[in-house]
Amino acid sequence: MAGDGEAGDEQNIGQRFDRLPETPADRTVEGRVSREEVVDYFADRFGIPPETFDDYTFWEKGAGKIWIYAGEAPTPLEVESLGMTCLRTRQEHWKPTTDFVQRVGHHATGCVIDLEREQAERFADGEDQELEWDGDWGYLIAAHSLAGERAPLGIGLYVHGELRSMVPKGRQRDL
Amino acid sequence: MEPLERYRPIIDDFEAFIAACERPLGTAVRVNTIAASVEHTLDVLEEEGVAYEQADWNPRVLRLETDSPGSTWTSFHGYTHGQEEVSAVPPVVLDPQPGERVWDCCAAPGGKATQLAALMDDRGTVVANDSNLGRLSALRFNAERLGATSLLVTKSDARNYSMKRLSFDEFDRALVDVPCSCEGTIRKNPDALDEWSEGYVDSVSGIQKGILRRAIQTTREGGTVVYSTCTFAPEENEAVVQHALEEEDCRVVDFEVGLEHDPGLTEWQDRAFDASLEDAIRIYPHQNDTGGFFVAKLEVTA
Repeated sequence: MAGDGEAGDEQNIGQRFDRLPETPADRTVEGRVSREEVVDYFADRFGIPPETFDDYTFWEKGAGKIWIYAGEAPTPLEVESLGMTCLRTRQEHWKPTTDFVQRVGHHATGCVIDLEREQAERFADGEDQELEWDGDWGYLIAAHSLAGERAPLGIGLYVHGELRSMVPKGRQRDL
Repeated sequence: MEPLERYRPIIDDFEAFIAACERPLGTAVRVNTIAASVEHTLDVLEEEGVAYEQADWNPRVLRLETDSPGSTWTSFHGYTHGQEEVSAVPPVVLDPQPGERVWDCCAAPGGKATQLAALMDDRGTVVANDSNLGRLSALRFNAERLGATSLLVTKSDARNYSMKRLSFDEFDRALVDVPCSCEGTIRKNPDALDEWSEGYVDSVSGIQKGILRRAIQTTREGGTVVYSTCTFAPEENEAVVQHALEEEDCRVVDFEVGLEHDPGLTEWQDRAFDASLEDAIRIYPHQNDTGGFFVAKLEVTA
């Protein structure tokens, strides 16, 4: 096998799922993030406790598309999909997916913007809106309240006083 | 409705059956317990003023009083998934447990596969397979929307499915919800019978036999295989199970489900089937005001 202990000598193969290395030191594929970096990102940016992911593995397929999976699988693996996409790396700012933050966003304690009903409806419909936010700019979790519980709506991008909805077209709804 | 005339001899109150087939089906959803508990989902529906009725046989199945179940907060958040009431029966009969290895061999568009994942608390491995690329994209969309992390999706012809790519060589359970002539979906899809012919029933039953046999071969001894269709044709139901009994190591087992139903047939036209086929169930539209379904539960033997 190529890449025994040598960093940066294998390429990411587009159609294949490869399990993420545990730490950056274990990396054998150029540009691939490690499990540790992914878990740290969710903890640092959103306050999601690392142990949330203890029973999951992380995989890359496609350039920087990271998947989270709870089941059994060998690596590498050529299948249609494995668990769900959770994160985009290999770009300047990492970007979680809407479906993933709907799934685990209730664990988040940071970078969550709580929307009123009408704001939540606009967000779900894919609209951008002007609003105040005194936290970090960048990708954040938009949430609202449903029957007394915080419900994450998806990923938003906050810049220059504007919250942009990142809800994918096929997931947008007129509520 | 003419193709259904052949079932007059086996269906009690045939006129009520035909009348039910002519009525459109109401809107049913399944609560996706991966995303929210049944209790919280009901609280949200109440807060939103969406009226519902909980199915007696399964508290996770709701009949909603709305024409647009997709335009609700419960749908946006993946708490609910549009799924016909009877189509929620086969996964419940399969009864998968957290941590198990389960095969859904004809899984697209994913209502049952995600239901299996939910019944397993999203722990374990659900290998969701389908041979059709277009339908697979719907399966993947639904799996992501519902937050199922235990699903591994493959694209293969289930009849010659290879276990080689997986990290294990047999399943604990398999759901064999095969392509069929879909007579039982007539209330949802009024065109379902337009293409009906005895030739189609015969050809699809050959495919069904191949898929069921492969599912039995890939399931461990003592494991469970559930065979289901949304059609009434005995050629696609009892005859397919009969073929499996003759060719593979398995037996039909009894099960309980809290819906009105008829037993499986032990004879049809000039053919006799094994007496154990009485333990299969036939659900007709007029019995529970649903679509139609056939479900048989098998145990894999040595």
